[in-house]
Amino acid sequence: MSAPPFGPHGAEHVTAPTAPSIDPRGGRFEPRIETRRRKGRVFQALCLGAVIFGIASLVVLLVDVAADGLDVLSIDFLTRYASRIPSRAGIRAPILGSLWVMALVAAVSFPLGVGAALYLEEYAPKSWFTRMLQTNIANLAGVPSIVYGILGLAVFVRFFALGRSVLAGALTLALLILPVIIISAQEAIRAVPNSLREASYGLGATRWQTIRHQVLPVAMPGILTGTILALSRAIGETAPLIMIGALTFIAFDPATPLDSFTVLPIQIYNWVTLPQEEFRHLAAGGIVVLLTALLLMNASAIVLRNRYRKKL
Amino acid sequence: MSTEIEEAGAVRTRVALKTRSLSVHYGDSPAVRDITLEVPTNRIVAFIGPSGCGKSTLLRCFNRMNDLIPAARVDGEVLFHGRDLYAPDVDPVEVRRKVGMVFQKPNPFPKSIFENVAFGLRINGFKDDIGERVEQSLRAAALWEEVKNRLDAGALSLSGGQQQRLCIARALAVEPEILLMDEPASALDPTATSRIEDLIRDLKRDYTIVIVTHNMQQAARVSDETAFLYLGELIEFNETERLFTNPDNERTEAYITGRFG
Amino acid sequence: MTQNLRARRRLVIQERVVSTLLLGCGVISILTTIGIVVVLLTQSLGFFAEVSPVEFLTGTRWSPGLIPQSFGVLPLVNGTLLIAAGASVVAIPIGLATAIYLSEYASTRVRRTVKPILEILAGIPTVVYGYLGITLVTPVLRTVFPQTQIFNAASAAIVVGIMILPMISSLSEDALSAVPRSLREAGHALGATRFEVSTRVVVPAALSGISASFILAISRAIGETMAVTIAAGMQPKMSLNLLESIETMTAYIVQVSLGDTPYGSLEYRTIFAVGLLLFLITLAMNLLRQRITRRFREVYE
Repeated sequence: MSAPPFGPHGAEHVTAPTAPSIDPRGGRFEPRIETRRRKGRVFQALCLGAVIFGIASLVVLLVDVAADGLDVLSIDFLTRYASRIPSRAGIRAPILGSLWVMALVAAVSFPLGVGAALYLEEYAPKSWFTRMLQTNIANLAGVPSIVYGILGLAVFVRFFALGRSVLAGALTLALLILPVIIISAQEAIRAVPNSLREASYGLGATRWQTIRHQVLPVAMPGILTGTILALSRAIGETAPLIMIGALTFIAFDPATPLDSFTVLPIQIYNWVTLPQEEFRHLAAGGIVVLLTALLLMNASAIVLRNRYRKKL
Repeated sequence: MSTEIEEAGAVRTRVALKTRSLSVHYGDSPAVRDITLEVPTNRIVAFIGPSGCGKSTLLRCFNRMNDLIPAARVDGEVLFHGRDLYAPDVDPVEVRRKVGMVFQKPNPFPKSIFENVAFGLRINGFKDDIGERVEQSLRAAALWEEVKNRLDAGALSLSGGQQQRLCIARALAVEPEILLMDEPASALDPTATSRIEDLIRDLKRDYTIVIVTHNMQQAARVSDETAFLYLGELIEFNETERLFTNPDNERTEAYITGRFG
Repeated sequence: MTQNLRARRRLVIQERVVSTLLLGCGVISILTTIGIVVVLLTQSLGFFAEVSPVEFLTGTRWSPGLIPQSFGVLPLVNGTLLIAAGASVVAIPIGLATAIYLSEYASTRVRRTVKPILEILAGIPTVVYGYLGITLVTPVLRTVFPQTQIFNAASAAIVVGIMILPMISSLSEDALSAVPRSLREAGHALGATRFEVSTRVVVPAALSGISASFILAISRAIGETMAVTIAAGMQPKMSLNLLESIETMTAYIVQVSLGDTPYGSLEYRTIFAVGLLLFLITLAMNLLRQRITRRFREVYE
């Protein structure tokens, strides 16, 4: 085979593309680049479609709820009790019930959750017990909420004889969200740089002193963020409270933790199941209130998280 | 149906790669400035220089890997046997089959040894017997004897040096013209390194090789010609023996005698 | 001198008290698990004293409230799995495609905006999804398929699917993003298109994380209560017809709670037997998921 003539150093010589191939290696591949590119474009479009579907679902959800529910909202709606007559019904008792329950849930689950997280991150030795504890918490996070309802029914309502009270409901929900708080608090505590702890120990501080003065202040925004998010889950929970007997027709304000109660999601559920069209609108109104509360909680969690990230 | 780049590769010229006033900017900062050089066919060219001098960036121009970085802008020409790789009608995918790359840290896919080598074949529509080609490639990469009985084993079960040779086999499988090697032995121990260097010298027979290395002794051992880059500029490009024993440029001399870098 | 000693001793005592208190907090979680297990087991044992476990697990008629009573739980399991399967059909392809888009195609800005928006879907209370199922999805289904009943499995499956969608998209996106860049570069350097790198390199490499997200989502769908209670109905049957009403395990438990079944009766104790079954199923899935996640971490040591 004759090699193409070479020019002087620095000049390349190109033969016409139709010259016979010197290289026997060409031609064993069929790259079909156009087809592959086209497949890629179709695939990308489908994936984008999936993203749009998700966003569209959210938009449709919010618009539908708002359209049905906004015109029901009024001061009367917020201050009246439930009624069999739709035009006279309101969500006063559910709102108060939810507030009561959430306050108690926060009061119980926050210290317990942070305490457990502190134990796991700062005190627990690397033993089988600790590992079991950790796995147990992870498993509890995955247990369906209705099972917590069954637990609450048997333990708080019956065994501790708290009856169908705010307290029983709050304790049940506290157990439900406890694993979530523990896990997110652990992450926040773990994110505190070790150098902080080492400096404190180096100055002779005990573990608790280090935690109280160094670790907790730095981890607190993250812990609070996680707690708020966990509480925002609790506020929407229905099934466990149905299990422990939160009633659906309450016409008074709960005054003590041992009173009967209802919460907003249960009232919504009740209205949804009623056949008359007007109750659907009431349900939508309740949903708007519930979602607004959730929006506020999540927004504050996000604001906290951003301020936390800036500090770190 | 072969593309222009395929055809260009089929016609072997004396100069495998040539750059003309090649510059690369990341945003506003230049990484490679106005480089013109030639890589002769079936030779080994080494790029040396202190870290950050642009040698890897320059290497990645040859298989258009810089396209994957949105902020990167390439000006000038890169000619592959006379055809401009950056011409608007050239798809980077076709470039990368003809110009293969081996990376600094071995990066086999978390698949079996066989599937690693077969990957490029399947992607590029290989028409012949895949198993045979896999064996050829593993032999060419001096790995066949060690893995022939466990082709289904995971690639990650191999040692570092073996993984790198697997990556070389994987790159060779798709029949490239040119092999780009970005510090291929820097993550390996000395024994594995010398095996790779022997392999590179053997591969010169069938491929054109451009190797980036920060190890000057390696460049001296392995390459025919060496380019010394500094701050994105080509300072000197000469036959290896000449560059290391009697460099033209005083900065080259400063670098190779260890006065900086 | 003694003041120092006293201060030291106080600190030591404080330390011990604190660590015990904190340990107590941790122990609460163990008590919770023990509580769940004890409650479910003891009450179920009472149930299984009168109803044979074999009849329970293999019977296909569930009517504890009618005479003659039937305690075959399979219709409830059927309902639960039907909804979970339907929700998966919605959530898995769309969730995975979303994750691939966000991880492989979208810019950082898009990803950072879209991901939290989708996570809002996961935070919406399930009653809202039930409401949507019955007021929006079911009417649409009935116009397309006139034979759809007012309470139907499809409606519940669709809304539950949307609810678990963010779980799959977020966790899968995390798994995909964790795949090292060097693997993608290797794929590109061999001449693969972005589509091929995504589907043939990145997704297979992230497979354990992706499957873990699937299992998490499915287990969530299995435990879902309010959306199915509202939208899917309360008619336990062994049917695969998505357009009919069915009943899930969770909806049955709610149904009994809302009713006036006498406490302590056999019918009442069905709550615990069904609850136990539900607990075991979700526990099994969670253990499976943890095993897969552990193996995922081993590969990417």
